[in-house]
Amino acid sequence: MASQDIIARSATTTPPPSIRQQEEVAKLIDTTKCIGCKACQVACSEWNELRDEVGHSYGTYDNPHDLSAETWTLMRFTEHENTDGNLEWLIRKDGCMHCADPGCLKACPSPGAIIKHANGIVDFNQDHCIGCGYCITGCPFNIPRISQKDHKAYKCTLCSDRVAVGLEPACVKTCPTGAIVFGSKEDMKEHAAERIVDLKSRGFDNAGLYDPDGVGGTHVMYVLHHADSPKLYAGLPDQPVISPLVGLWKGVSKPLALLAMGAAVLAGFFHYVRIGPQRVEEDEHPAPPDTSVHVVDPAVHVFDPGQPGAQGEERP
Amino acid sequence: MNDKPILRYNANERTNHWIVAILFIFAGLSGLALFHPALFWLSHLFGGGPWTRILHPFLGVAMFVFFLGLVFRFWRANFISGNDRLWLRRIDRVMRNEEEGVPPIGKYNPGQKLLFWTLLICMLILLLSGIVIWRAWFSQYFDIGAIRLATLLHALAAFVLVLSIIVHIYAGIWIKGSVSAMLHGWVSRAWAKKHHELWYREVTREDPPGPRTSKKG
Repeated sequence: MASQDIIARSATTTPPPSIRQQEEVAKLIDTTKCIGCKACQVACSEWNELRDEVGHSYGTYDNPHDLSAETWTLMRFTEHENTDGNLEWLIRKDGCMHCADPGCLKACPSPGAIIKHANGIVDFNQDHCIGCGYCITGCPFNIPRISQKDHKAYKCTLCSDRVAVGLEPACVKTCPTGAIVFGSKEDMKEHAAERIVDLKSRGFDNAGLYDPDGVGGTHVMYVLHHADSPKLYAGLPDQPVISPLVGLWKGVSKPLALLAMGAAVLAGFFHYVRIGPQRVEEDEHPAPPDTSVHVVDPAVHVFDPGQPGAQGEERP
Repeated sequence: MNDKPILRYNANERTNHWIVAILFIFAGLSGLALFHPALFWLSHLFGGGPWTRILHPFLGVAMFVFFLGLVFRFWRANFISGNDRLWLRRIDRVMRNEEEGVPPIGKYNPGQKLLFWTLLICMLILLLSGIVIWRAWFSQYFDIGAIRLATLLHALAAFVLVLSIIVHIYAGIWIKGSVSAMLHGWVSRAWAKKHHELWYREVTREDPPGPRTSKKG
């Protein structure tokens, strides 16, 4: 994507290019249509040339076990018993949510290592990534992963390379049931609304769209049968926000701290200018060594007639 | 009474102090590079962002280890005692270079003692929080809430540490004779008497008594 399209940039305090008006895009994942075939995982791996190591089974259908630097999207399977005592198999395609207010971008200390495009895609630039992992600290969804090979952070790019040339993301193209669709965010919301009407008519009264306000909305949205309880879906946060600790760490406190450090240096300088250094004054030097008498028994009264006042001197 | 200078810091103490000081400069500059975007350019001093990220924790751990050396050498002399509270109440006079009403103090003045304990607390927080956020080795053992808290505490302790060291360095510039005390170890008797009179009396006790006229009751 062109550099004019970068509308937010990590560790940058001046305004980014903002003359372009672009329509926001979104990927809509309909969990109610997902059959858990993992074709999206394969497509992601193929398009992005990623080959994760073969891991171990932990007794669930999740495969691999977790997101990694080489696994940018992952089906998470949850067995949920509903109020009627029936089993529901909730399958959620996990991956970057492309937040409008990205916690990773807020936390990143390296200028330009995380960027947000005008169409809403949040992308990592590994060339500028320093591998500190602050993006993981900032992310409300636990998405970025640091590669153990190169110590750079990786995550779903929403196939920004494909989207830039007018293609849909690889996972969308491959999905056999149409559970993943891609388009303008407005169109995706409209499509979701139709799906939700349909789901409600089939008895899913709590069906709804997951597009959380706490992070300014996301550019990956879910249709959920149980939108009243997103955490059922393998811990999808109910009310995701950038942690207040991260907000405090990256917010107004740091410019104030810098100001305080600068003020301390200036205060020292002006203390020196106005009050000046403390030197040991010449007249404060102790008297020069007296070589006449060195050891005097306190019982012995010394009288030196040659020294004026010696006789009348009082004991301390 | 003689005007032989007094040894304030021996060679091992001076070496230990300056190793900590050099490590503080490097750990501090590499940390400030990641502290705020306005200081990211400091990462170029260390060979770029990734090298800054790699080196910073090692520099910090080394600083902590050598700082422990200073703690073991000096902790006994840093308890608040005797005239210290009165000295602190008269800090405004000290700041104005006035000596009237400022009580004599021991080897360290209460400002130095408070600095000592502040540095120790900051260093402990920095070490512990630094381990939690050391992504390459340890972060996988900690929960995200602990990592977020550690990140915040690390920045806060670093801020207090840097501010304290700014005060420490300025005090060295302000009080003439103190930098040379840490560089070559010696202070003049007049310096010791003026700035640390109780310590002066202590270290000169074994000296042959001088003429009565120079002694204060």
